[in-house]
Amino acid sequence: MPLRSDIKKVLVIGSGPIVIGQAAEFDYAGTQACRALKQEGLEVVLINSNPATIMTDKHMADKIYIEPLTLDVVKKIIKIEKPDSILSTLGGQTGLTLSMQLAEEGFLAENNVKLLGANPETIHKAEDRQAFKDTMESIGEPCVPSQVVETVEDAMKFAEVIGYPVIVRPAFTLGGTGGGIADTPEDLHEIATNGLRLSPINQVLIEKCISGWKEIEFEVIRDAKGNVITVCSMENFDPVGVHTGDSIVVAPAVTLADKEYQMLRTAALNIIQALKVEGGCNCQFALKPDSFEYSVIEVNPRVSRSSALASKATGYPIAKVATRIAIGYSLDEIINQVTGKTYACFEPALDYIVVKFPKWPFDKFVYAKKTLGTQMKATGEIMAIGTSFEEAMIKAVRSIELGMDTLRKKTFITLTDEQVREKLKDVDVDRSFCIFEALRRGFSTEEICRITTVDKWFVEKLRNLANLELWLEDGELTQEKYDAAKKYSYPDKTIERLSGQSLSEKGIKTRHAVYKMVDTCAAEFSADTPYFYSTYDEENEAEEFISQHPTDKKKIIVFGSGPIRIGQGIEFDYCSVHCVWALKEMGCEAVLCNNNPETVSTDFDTGDRLYFDPLTNEDVDSLIATEKPYGAVVQFGGQTAIKLTKHLQETGVRILGTSAESIDAAEDREKFDELLEQCGIPRPAGHTVFTTEEALKAANELGYPVLLRPSYVLGGQNMIIAHCDSDVNEYMAIITSTELENPVLIDKYLMGTEVEVDAICDGTDFLIPGIMEHIERAGVHSGDSISVYPAQTLSEKIKATIITYTERLAKALNVIGLVNIQYVVYDNEVYVIEVNPRSSRTVPYISKVTGVQMVDIATKIMLGESLKSQGFSSGLYPVGEYVAVKVPVFSFEKLHDVDTQLGPEMKSTGEALGIAKTFEEALYKGLMAAGFKMYKKGGVVFSVKNSDKPEIIELASAFEKLGFELYATSGTASMLNRNMIATNFTYRIHEGKEPNVISLLESGKINYVISTSETGRKPALDSVKMRRKSVERSIACLTSVDTANALVKCIAMDKTVDDLEMVDITKI
Amino acid sequence: MSFGIGAERTAYLILADGTVFKGKSFGCEGEVIGEIVFTTAMTGYEETLTDPSYCGQIVTQTFPLIGNYGVNGEDMESDGSVVSGYIVREHCKAPSNFRCEGDIDGFLKKHGIIGLYDIDTRRLTRIIRETGVMNGMITQAEPTDEFLTRALERIRAYRVEAPVPKVSVKQPVDFPADSAKYKVALIDYGYKHNIRRELVKRGCDVTVFPYNVTAQQIKDFAPDGIMLSNGPGDPQDNAVSINTLRELIPEQIPTFGICLGHQLLAIANGATTVKLKYGHRGGNQPVTDIDEDRTFITSQNHGYAVVSESVPPQAGRVSHINGNDKTCEGVKYTNAPAFTVQFHPEACGGPQDTAYLFDKFIGMMEKNKRS
Repeated sequence: MPLRSDIKKVLVIGSGPIVIGQAAEFDYAGTQACRALKQEGLEVVLINSNPATIMTDKHMADKIYIEPLTLDVVKKIIKIEKPDSILSTLGGQTGLTLSMQLAEEGFLAENNVKLLGANPETIHKAEDRQAFKDTMESIGEPCVPSQVVETVEDAMKFAEVIGYPVIVRPAFTLGGTGGGIADTPEDLHEIATNGLRLSPINQVLIEKCISGWKEIEFEVIRDAKGNVITVCSMENFDPVGVHTGDSIVVAPAVTLADKEYQMLRTAALNIIQALKVEGGCNCQFALKPDSFEYSVIEVNPRVSRSSALASKATGYPIAKVATRIAIGYSLDEIINQVTGKTYACFEPALDYIVVKFPKWPFDKFVYAKKTLGTQMKATGEIMAIGTSFEEAMIKAVRSIELGMDTLRKKTFITLTDEQVREKLKDVDVDRSFCIFEALRRGFSTEEICRITTVDKWFVEKLRNLANLELWLEDGELTQEKYDAAKKYSYPDKTIERLSGQSLSEKGIKTRHAVYKMVDTCAAEFSADTPYFYSTYDEENEAEEFISQHPTDKKKIIVFGSGPIRIGQGIEFDYCSVHCVWALKEMGCEAVLCNNNPETVSTDFDTGDRLYFDPLTNEDVDSLIATEKPYGAVVQFGGQTAIKLTKHLQETGVRILGTSAESIDAAEDREKFDELLEQCGIPRPAGHTVFTTEEALKAANELGYPVLLRPSYVLGGQNMIIAHCDSDVNEYMAIITSTELENPVLIDKYLMGTEVEVDAICDGTDFLIPGIMEHIERAGVHSGDSISVYPAQTLSEKIKATIITYTERLAKALNVIGLVNIQYVVYDNEVYVIEVNPRSSRTVPYISKVTGVQMVDIATKIMLGESLKSQGFSSGLYPVGEYVAVKVPVFSFEKLHDVDTQLGPEMKSTGEALGIAKTFEEALYKGLMAAGFKMYKKGGVVFSVKNSDKPEIIELASAFEKLGFELYATSGTASMLNRNMIATNFTYRIHEGKEPNVISLLESGKINYVISTSETGRKPALDSVKMRRKSVERSIACLTSVDTANALVKCIAMDKTVDDLEMVDITKI
Repeated sequence: MSFGIGAERTAYLILADGTVFKGKSFGCEGEVIGEIVFTTAMTGYEETLTDPSYCGQIVTQTFPLIGNYGVNGEDMESDGSVVSGYIVREHCKAPSNFRCEGDIDGFLKKHGIIGLYDIDTRRLTRIIRETGVMNGMITQAEPTDEFLTRALERIRAYRVEAPVPKVSVKQPVDFPADSAKYKVALIDYGYKHNIRRELVKRGCDVTVFPYNVTAQQIKDFAPDGIMLSNGPGDPQDNAVSINTLRELIPEQIPTFGICLGHQLLAIANGATTVKLKYGHRGGNQPVTDIDEDRTFITSQNHGYAVVSESVPPQAGRVSHINGNDKTCEGVKYTNAPAFTVQFHPEACGGPQDTAYLFDKFIGMMEKNKRS
């Protein structure tokens, strides 16, 4: 069936800000969808509140709305744009839920809009727990014994029937938010209460716990004719009990005999047929390890994180194919883009194995629980391809950026055997490393399998790695040992470290990796896919490919940004992709290297060639040896790519853009200080230190509060404001627990207005597309601040100073390309806090709202063009007619025990944008897009530190005037009452009396919490407990008075969606 | 892997074009010559090793990790293994599965099969893809020039000769079903046991006849249906069997043919077959059922195909085609109640999506019985 003739204009709903459980994979899917639709000549209208995405880029759709993803907003846009169809299955859970609501309300029917991809009945059958169970029963597919309940009492009753432990799964929540395993009635009471509240329809499923069963996934596709295929099977290293997003996953499934494999594959096909999905679908199964018994765990009738992984693991573009199916095509009509000669109606065959490893934020959240369960905690992931599991695993460990090059975790080395045995019981982020440690110590496979329930196959494979390392460590390093280690992709440096011997002294013949193609068909057909992975084997297909495709174009490698993590998110993928596009436009051959399966950059047709590999020095060496590029670009791939600069330069690779020296000059404290002095630019006083003693001395010299951070970091990782010696002690203890290659920086902390500038420099001229001002004063990490473009409160003089300083710095650093500079304005004086001669997280949004395509311009400059030749004059770009407010989005619901207090360490996982003619409206949209409910009445609780008390008088008064009921703890309450603001008194938690803050939060009377505190971030503190309780109760909790002031102003405007103009950014 | 302890013996693969791969020996040691084919199936190696259609061939697995779940005996598709040799990138020495009774190395040793591992199997696959199916030799002998010269002569001279008699039963064997409704004669050209299991499961008493059973013997047996099995080699080599089928056509007995059985019935009806460049072997081949306008994923293992244009219109017409190379995947006969497919609806290993064809066969027998 060809394209449906009744489809002309399609609305695509994106997935919104990046949160845990819904990340860059939907930008990848959405981008593929938009491109597929446009290729068919359809008009595409897009709505997504996330400005950091490729899909919200001008050439992705005909109309683009960066607006809040709420029902009212989507309705309004449908009324304006009058699309004839809406694509429901490409925008994650957000897109699916919105589509379903629109359909159920009858809104789509009223407006003659067709729902493509999955109809409401399909969505209902897959998403509603009971309907799903009934559907499965009707086709004879077994489900885990379970019951949907709407009260805690019913949950408890059912648990008694099926026996503990039980799993609680709330309906319609992201990444299993609010779910958990309950071992006892007490646990169940707590988890069910929480789950019921978080479920938008107040339903949870109570289910028999099948922890320890194998977890197997199938990605399935169906078309309207009823053709069905499976794209990929996947097996979780971690058995059932750990969310698949937090599991190490391999593709294809490895421990299933054909009988079990086909049993589950057939089940998956039966399910997608029964649900009548037209597009992609993910089926998760639990398989009992000692029989053929299985259960269907979950079905997602849409593209997902797993489908992104399956696409990258096989080369089969699921989202693209799903989109074509949604608009009428059948699988046997769609060409397999990879081979160019076969059709999409086949199943990929792999001749390699893929390992996915999650990236967790616990290097940042040191006090958070690292245990894993049904609630996903990872912010991102990497994928590694190898010809053996061992090789893929070592590549995975090197890709995940934990500073590891083997599975041996430093902190485990000193444990006793007994401690290792104990630690094996923990289902946490270090489990694979702990198994590895146990194997090194000679623990039996049986014992490890019994304790961890991880399948013997995986344990034995890790044993191979442990044995190899023990062999390397034992005796003389030989060529045989070297070759064996290389087979598993151990870097030369690691082999030297483990053996304690030098390769050159031992006369070892070293070698580079070769590259194999990912071709969907295990070499059965010749393919032209420029998609490769490294391995240590005979044939180098990339070399062959390059020689068969000779060009006289300049060949340039763009290094990507690795896994999504807090501080280095999707923005850098946006920048990498734009760089590639610009390079292609300039007539260059653009080669991409990255390891993140969720992203657009790792789509095999983004660049001219894609290498899916770790981003470390030695991996890069092999790539350079094969590609022999003209140059490399590092400034768009975040810190991951920047880290490669020095090595690339040392090995003689031309770095396009800002040089390695300049990058170093910005990061090296002493060189940077010298530079600032030369430029006559003030910065807060500071020192560099290596030890706790030095840190204490420096802090006291500067005078508290001081800002502590390691150099060479991104996203303010491990950055704190210390108010006293004990803060410094606590911080240094944590930071020195891992190897300290670079010093710690200590600065005097100035609490002024923070201003951020992204600039482009060609060595002569410089261009500032816009000056951004932060709503929160310095001290809140720039990534967690609400950022406003154009700056609203700065005087002309200050702006002029900022422009001058930016010019001086860009020139002094010889910036060729992008530079990001953070300033603080304190007492009418401008200070520089940080200079990053690379792209930053604000580049995508500033590019979109100013229309200045920063990355494209910067890329052209790197290739020799100037700003002038591209039509730009030096200085500040003229301010446009729209105000854009970027609001951070957090994933605190998913991360228990993380203090929500904002500080110098970044905590947000994503961002949303509000665009409007006025600042107030833009802020209103931004807050709404970030998930604020904007309640106009209710209760507000204040509990603030002493230094904030004077400032909250006005704030409290504003809330009071709006008719809010005010509550506060003793000090704050009496202060407010003294100032004639009627405030109810409430006890602190530790005072143990009623009414206290916790019971107040649970009462349902409270809509906003304003909580700031001076001390620590330990979970035991009263203030932290209160903030956590707010998160659990989904109450907006503001930890900066500045944010609260902005919010109250918005509420006071008394606007609704009807009052807001919807902005199509393609018209800016 | 036992690092540094007892190095495995080196072994070589020598291709007819002179290419030499250096790997390691597993399974039985020794020397063997065969036709090298590759399968892209990612699971089902025990089924592959026991599929009689691979008789005379050295099988290469494109999936690099073989033996992960061990072997169990239950998943065997014949009583033994007739592959000439077996090539994998890596074989698993510590398999894991609840039905596992041993590893693949032990299996090859038990069945006398010479194995080779630790070579770049993707490179080998690409060579076969580009140059077509090729003979080769696995040997432990050092491939000196002198050795190569002599070996290549023997390699090039090798031909899979009349393999069907080697793998077919010698005497009829009965496999009764519980409360059987139909009597099926399964002509064994090297049948996979799951063909029989699928029939027995559906209430057929199955009698397996040797490849050289005569038409008269079948007529005397008076079956409700005839099942023509898969099997190895060039279909043209089976004159006796083709003749038998030619004689059976007028009997109007419901007939279902798979793989070699499909090819033989086509030849018996006047069609011709052709050797494919490197065949279809794996579990991911798309096949379009023309009448249904549906495409199914199938399990396949064949090196020859029926030439679509050669199917005489008065005998029947092509009912299925391969989604990739558009070759003939099935014939629906009009001169007899018969249909045949090139792929393997009995799966094992591979997808079960076309198992409904057995139901169709049952339906055909039922209809025939009633009329």
